[in-house]
Amino acid sequence: MARIDLQSLGHSYLSNPKGDDDYALKPMTHVWEQGGAYALLGPSGCGKTTLLNIISGLLTPSEGRVLFDGKDVTGLPTEARNIAQVFQFPVVYDTMTVYENLAFPLRNRGLRGAPLDARVREIAGLLDLTADLNRRGRNLTADAKQKISLGRGLVRPDVAAILFDEPLTVIDPHLKWELRSKLKALHRALDLTMIYVTHDQTEALTFADKVVVMHDGRVVQVGRPQELFERPAHVFVGHFIGSPGMNVLPAEVSGRAARVGGHVIALRRGYPALNGGAKIEIGVRPEFATLAPAGAGGVPVRVRRLDDLGRTRIARVELSGLPMAATVPEDLTLAGDEASLLLDPAMVHVYADGTLVEGEAA
Amino acid sequence: MDKPVNQGAWLLVLPVLLIVAFSAILPLMTVVNYSVQDTFGNNQFFWNGIGWYQELLDPSTDLGGRFFDALWRNLLFSLLILLIEVPLGVAVALSMPRHGWRVAATLVVLALPLLIPWNVVGTIWQIFAREDIGLLGWAVNRLGIPYNYTADPLSAWVTIVTMDVWHWTSLVALLCYAGLRSIPDAFYQAARIDGASRWAVFRNIQLPKMHRVLLIAVLLRFMDSFMIYTEPFVVTGGGPGNSTTFVSIDLVKLALGQFDLGKAAALSIVYNLIILAVCWVFYTVMTRMDAQRN
Repeated sequence: MARIDLQSLGHSYLSNPKGDDDYALKPMTHVWEQGGAYALLGPSGCGKTTLLNIISGLLTPSEGRVLFDGKDVTGLPTEARNIAQVFQFPVVYDTMTVYENLAFPLRNRGLRGAPLDARVREIAGLLDLTADLNRRGRNLTADAKQKISLGRGLVRPDVAAILFDEPLTVIDPHLKWELRSKLKALHRALDLTMIYVTHDQTEALTFADKVVVMHDGRVVQVGRPQELFERPAHVFVGHFIGSPGMNVLPAEVSGRAARVGGHVIALRRGYPALNGGAKIEIGVRPEFATLAPAGAGGVPVRVRRLDDLGRTRIARVELSGLPMAATVPEDLTLAGDEASLLLDPAMVHVYADGTLVEGEAA
Repeated sequence: MDKPVNQGAWLLVLPVLLIVAFSAILPLMTVVNYSVQDTFGNNQFFWNGIGWYQELLDPSTDLGGRFFDALWRNLLFSLLILLIEVPLGVAVALSMPRHGWRVAATLVVLALPLLIPWNVVGTIWQIFAREDIGLLGWAVNRLGIPYNYTADPLSAWVTIVTMDVWHWTSLVALLCYAGLRSIPDAFYQAARIDGASRWAVFRNIQLPKMHRVLLIAVLLRFMDSFMIYTEPFVVTGGGPGNSTTFVSIDLVKLALGQFDLGKAAALSIVYNLIILAVCWVFYTVMTRMDAQRN
């Protein structure tokens, strides 16, 4: 049971970091609530694993503090923190049986006899490993091995949080879904804080109550999956989440209108004074940009290609020469490549230097 | 199913057969030939049957006594070498760095002794350990410890064992290090999270990964130390007395010193059979253990 506080936490692998670029993890403050299911989402090299290793204590941060339930653990080694971690590649002690593997963390902490046996059997039951308890670790499949890695974390009764570092990378696709559902079920059953690192948006959005999106050593947005989808706080979130990603177009914004190459796009909110130096862009997801026949209002576009994704169709269009993706309604038929694009004003967001600008409400 | 038969394939094996015949089988047959005969020179040979073998394997005879003395010395030497070099090599491998520029530096330093020819190693130590001008011998004597490998059997043994440890521990260390390198960092991190002690990490992660290479290291070090010749020949010449006369040294004395070709040939054959037998035992044990682990 623990709430994890990160206070102005930063890490640099260099001894004397100068600029922002020297940080693998730029100074940040964040709270992981007790019992939450979090996903830490971002591309490779964005600092996810660094952050995870700092929380588990495998790495000591160069700046800031880590608190567990208000207690400073920044300087404590891993074994003194009640934290478990599951790695990308399953870690199974080859020479031991599955039972011994699960018992290992408890034995190391001095537990013996009946309580140990009961606990190991309970966790094996939760993970459907009971039948394999007497098998050697080395002959098991990758997903069974990963379950054992997870089990060694769960078996400790004092564990406050379990950290997952891309745990499904080496698992067969059809078993990924199964294992992920198992994780969800365990999370509900055990009231544990879980932090799940991944670069796969589907994994992140299906696993987590809250997704923390990281980019270039920085947390760019924390939110529920729906928030990430509807109000990306950064153009990176717009690109990274969703397929295809958000359309981002350079624009001039004043008041409730955005100008893109001579066309005016209506906005829900007002933006009276935008800093002249910043790069201003508007972003709109393809899901909120609907293609309509030419002359149906909206902005005129030129259709380049239609992609049939099975359930939906996505149009690749050009607005004043700028490429965009848009949704094609089922009943739409087009004559020629002229069409018009209807944008939902509430879903057109304004970004200054990549960051969402909060407009004034209507 | 009928397999196509092509006797022409024998032609492909022929070169190998010829080379092996000329390099191994024919010389061996010559030795066998010598071992059942006696000669007094002038290319005159007299049939002796298994006489030399009977003498050799009977400790009460002069030849048998010499042989068994040398054999026990060999076994003691190999035992000492294994007892020192294997744990030491493992310890060195465990304390070697796993990342960074130090890896290359350590590897080079460790590989250096392995690159020095045997007789050069012998010469280095022969001088290094001399009590009059050798740095080691002089220093030890100055510390008040009597040490003279030309007069004292214990000193001679200490010198030869130390020399072999200096020369070959690197091999064990490098083999073990290769095994250790195949362990991903995640294993060490997971072990820390599981609260494993240093011993538990060694026992459950490192030793299983080193297991195979360690068996090879033991085999190599046993065979090599059992066949040792050059270094003691250069340093002590088998002395003082016969205290460092190993089987190989005695064999050379017998064949090239006394020209007892029949006795020497019989000794060669028996020596060879012992080594083959030990090899076979090692191989069987290794494959058995592997089979059991799976």
